This record gives sequence, C-alpha cells and structure tokens, in this order.
Amino acid sequence: MTLALHERFARSASAHPDRIAVADPARGSSIRYAELDRFADRLAGRLARLGVGAGERVGVVAPKSIPAVGAILATLKAGAAYVPVDATAPARRGTEILTDCGVRAVVAERSLAPALEEAWGRELPLQPLGESADLGVELVLLECEGGDPAPVEGLAYILYTSGSTGKPKGVVHTHASAACFVDWCVDTFQPRPDDRFSSHAPFHFDLSILDLYVPLSSGASVVLVGEEEGKNPLKLAPLIAGSGITVWYSTPSVLRLLVEHGGLERHDVADLRLVLFAGEVFQPSHLRRLQEAWPGRDTWNLYGPTETNVCTAYEVVGGVPPDRADPYPIGKAITGDATLVLGADDRPVAAGNEGELVVHGGTVMVGYWNRPDLDARAFHAGADARRWYRTGDVVREDDAGDYVFLGRRDRMIKRRGYRVELGEIEAALYRHPGVREAAVVAAPGADGVRVDAYVCVRNGEPASTIAMKRFCAENLPLYMVPDRFQFLDDLPKTSTDKIDYVRLAALGG
Amino acid sequence: MPPASADEIRGTVREYLLTEFLPGEDPAALTDQTPLITGGILDSIASVKLVSHLEELYGVRFDAHEVSVDYLDTIDLVVDTIQRKLGG
Repeated sequence: MTLALHERFARSASAHPDRIAVADPARGSSIRYAELDRFADRLAGRLARLGVGAGERVGVVAPKSIPAVGAILATLKAGAAYVPVDATAPARRGTEILTDCGVRAVVAERSLAPALEEAWGRELPLQPLGESADLGVELVLLECEGGDPAPVEGLAYILYTSGSTGKPKGVVHTHASAACFVDWCVDTFQPRPDDRFSSHAPFHFDLSILDLYVPLSSGASVVLVGEEEGKNPLKLAPLIAGSGITVWYSTPSVLRLLVEHGGLERHDVADLRLVLFAGEVFQPSHLRRLQEAWPGRDTWNLYGPTETNVCTAYEVVGGVPPDRADPYPIGKAITGDATLVLGADDRPVAAGNEGELVVHGGTVMVGYWNRPDLDARAFHAGADARRWYRTGDVVREDDAGDYVFLGRRDRMIKRRGYRVELGEIEAALYRHPGVREAAVVAAPGADGVRVDAYVCVRNGEPASTIAMKRFCAENLPLYMVPDRFQFLDDLPKTSTDKIDYVRLAALGG
Repeated sequence: MPPASADEIRGTVREYLLTEFLPGEDPAALTDQTPLITGGILDSIASVKLVSHLEELYGVRFDAHEVSVDYLDTIDLVVDTIQRKLGG
C-alpha cells in the first residue's frame, strides 16, 4: 500500500531523529526531524480540535519558513488537505482561493492576518501559535466556517493556478498522485540522508512537491530559499555554496538569472551533484553557460503541468554542443504514467507528427476543485475508457522516442517559470473602472516572454502606463503585470466582432 | 570623469526607466516618488537589469541586499544609493 506523504516523513523522523529536516539559512535556523515531527503533531492536534479531519481543507498563508513546513505536515497529519496561498500576492486573491475551496482553518503569518480578515470582510476567531516564533515566523491559526468534506480518498493538497476567466482554479491531488511522482524521483535520483535539496519554488507552485517530499521521504534535508533570496541572483550563488546544496531544482528562468548575474565563478559549489529544471523551455545557450560554471553535474529536464505533477523527464547527457539551438526534449513518460499524442480529430497520431500531449496514470490529478465544467474539457475519454488529461501542449515524438515541446494550443504562457493565463490579466484590467476594453498578447522578448497589454480607456480617463502597472500590481502577482501598455481608441476586431489578436500582436513589433 | 551630480544621475535613471520599462508613457507622469517595485514597474528581473546598468555606468557595486524595495523603490532612493556609493 502507498504510504501517505506525512507517513513517509514520520518514517524518516523515526529512522533519523537527529538529522536536520529543514534548514532556513536566511533566518539562520534549522530543525531536526524529531523536533519537526513533534511541532507538526501538536499543531495537528489543535487542527483536529477545530474539527479539521479527512477531506477538509486548511489554508497556509505564510512565507517560506520552518513553521510553514510544519503547518503543511500538521494539516496532512490531521487527515486534511493543505491549500498553500502566495503570501506575497494581494490578499484579495488569497481569500478568493480560500473561500473557493471552503477552508476550515487557515494557518497564517500573524502580520498577514489583518489583511486576510479585511479581504474576507470579517474577523475570524484567532489562536496564536507561540512556539512558531522561536522557529523564525510567528503563525496564528484562524478558524473558518469550512465546507463539506470532499468525497476524495486521500485528498492531500490543492494548488491554485491561473484561470483563463480571471478566477484561479484549484488542482486537486491525493497522497497517491503525489507519491507516484515522489517514488519515481526516489528511484531515479537515489536521494541519501546526507543530501540537501533546495526548496526554491514557493509552496503554491508544484515544484515544491519534489522539494519537500523527496528529501523528507529519505531522511535528507530541505534547504529553504526565501522569497527575497530566490529572486536575487547575487544572494543565490552564495546560498547554494554556503548551505552545501547537493540537489538544485528550479525553473530555467532562475538558472538563467544565476548564469547572467549570479557571479557563479566566485562561489564553490563542490557539494552540488544534481541540477533539475522544469516549468519552461531552457535555451541551450544558457544551459551551456551553466554547465561551464557547474561542470559534470547530472542534469534533468522535468516536464508536467500542475495537473499531472511531473509526467515526462529527460536526462541531458554530456555537454551542450556550441552549435545546438534546439531546446532539449521533454523526454518520455515516467514510471506510472502513460502518454499519447492526439491529432485534431482526437485520435493518436503516428510518431513524428505534431499533436496534443495527453497523460493518463498515477501522477494525474483527481480534477479541478468544484469545477465539473473544467474537468469535462480537461479530460479526454479514450477508446479504452481511460481518462487522459489534455495538457494543451503541442509536441512531436522524435526518433529516440522523446517528446519535443512545440508550443501551446491556448492562451497560457510561462513567465518567470509561472503559468499565466493571459485571460486572467485581461480580467484584472477589466476590473479597473476606467477601462472600456482590454486585451493582452504575449511576444518573444529579451528576457523570455514579454506581455503587451492593449487598453481602451473611457472618455476623460488618463491613459497612463504607470497607473495601469500600479493597478495590476495591486490585483495580481508581480509576474503577471504586463511589460508594456499601449492605449488605443478601439481594439481591432475580426469579421465576427471578436478581438483580433493577430492584428494586435502585429502592433507590438 | 567628473563626479556625477544628483541631477545628472536622476536624468539618467529616468531616461533608462522610461525607455526600458515605460515605453510610450508621458515622461511627466514619472515622478521622483513614483513607486517602482511596489507599483509594478520593476519586477525582480527588471531590478537586476537596472542595477547592472547603473553598475556599469557609474563603476559602482550593489550589495545583494541593496537589490530591494528599500534601495530601489523610487527614483529618489536610487539616486541616494548611487550618490552614497560615489561618496557624494
């Protein structure tokens, strides 16, 4: 039988009670397995006294920290699912998510509680969690009304991702779907108790599943990279060297920042043995520069939307040839998953032909939280009656049987490694009282993808890029704020009176 | 090279911000107190680009902790930071 995520941690805690489970170099603190286990047990007890149990949801709104990891483990130990929310994004987006999935409780950093209550529109019963302050961040427990327990066996976490209509959607995973991926990682990367895994991605980002549960299943250490350090290449390289990280996992965007601005040559990363990246395409020229700075490390490209965890993987063997311009493939299906490429008629295409990648198997989500309409579109019912998740990614199988990523079928892009639905940015722009019409287009830019917004303002409203950027920063995470704004009298339309995105894209140059 | 005055630095920073991150914006709308990071004009990558540009131009070095809201959130703050580094 599959062990639940917290049971894997508990097994490590009894085998390696004195090893460091989580280190937080930014705050100069760390915690041993036995201590973290006790912290999580006590918090799980408090959650249980609030009525939190199987199928319930608990929000976690806190910066990357040891207490935040404790809150996640405590939620799982209480039998519930955790819903991590971006503590740096506007509070309104957070409360939309927490009310959407009907959390029974929220574990939040104390300083964030007032903004959450304001966005919620009322005061919530609050309990201080005093011992968390000794571990770097003071948490409080907020009691909420909650919703009905979800009828999903082994519900473990819900990760919200950008939704095309402006409303984030909750991707529901179970202990089994996470464990299938974690088991593959353990088999493939052979983690040892003396490994130190980076935890660069925020907990609401799916890369965190590997960051947390592969080391915690193996008696290894999680090295937290704080939000500030994570974005600052000048701080990252000394952190990787100084904390002896052996396994690094992040988006290519972060690795590219490190290569270009991190001063990698000044820092000795002798302990590093494995470099993993996922979330977007890594340009070979940047990967080659990374290999020059960090030679001889095993390097893997992992692929998978939040809905499937990681579902395919590719090992980059040897150095990147200087003349290589094509990005590396996303690889083959991992153990436990099956993949197919469907043509426009939803029938499998022969190898070498383009089509949409669909995935069936152990790592695939249960579905979206309370959105049967989205589930109906997201899954393809195969001739064999199996459910195949439609990734929306267009791929082609190469001669070696590896998938090559070619592009998207829809309006989702990757920016700074994050998944962004252009429709969500448009929906935010439409919330501005001065905006009559708005459309957003992605274009290749000097730093990856550039986002151009086209806006028609109402009569008398000022057309100001600064004002629009500020409005977006107040309503969206920073990685969704458009790079450029152009103000038009009217948006170009097609013959059927729809916004003509092709003509808009041509305006961007 | 004669030491740069506050006004010269201000002019350089303004021009860089307007060209790189605010194309098409009315220059008068960008004030010395306009919030840059908290106002969504500079994200993490844009902040690093601004710092690299200033380092090259003025021959100064930013410490890692200075690539942050406390040192870069307004033109006034940026000018102060550079002047301090130039010993002005």
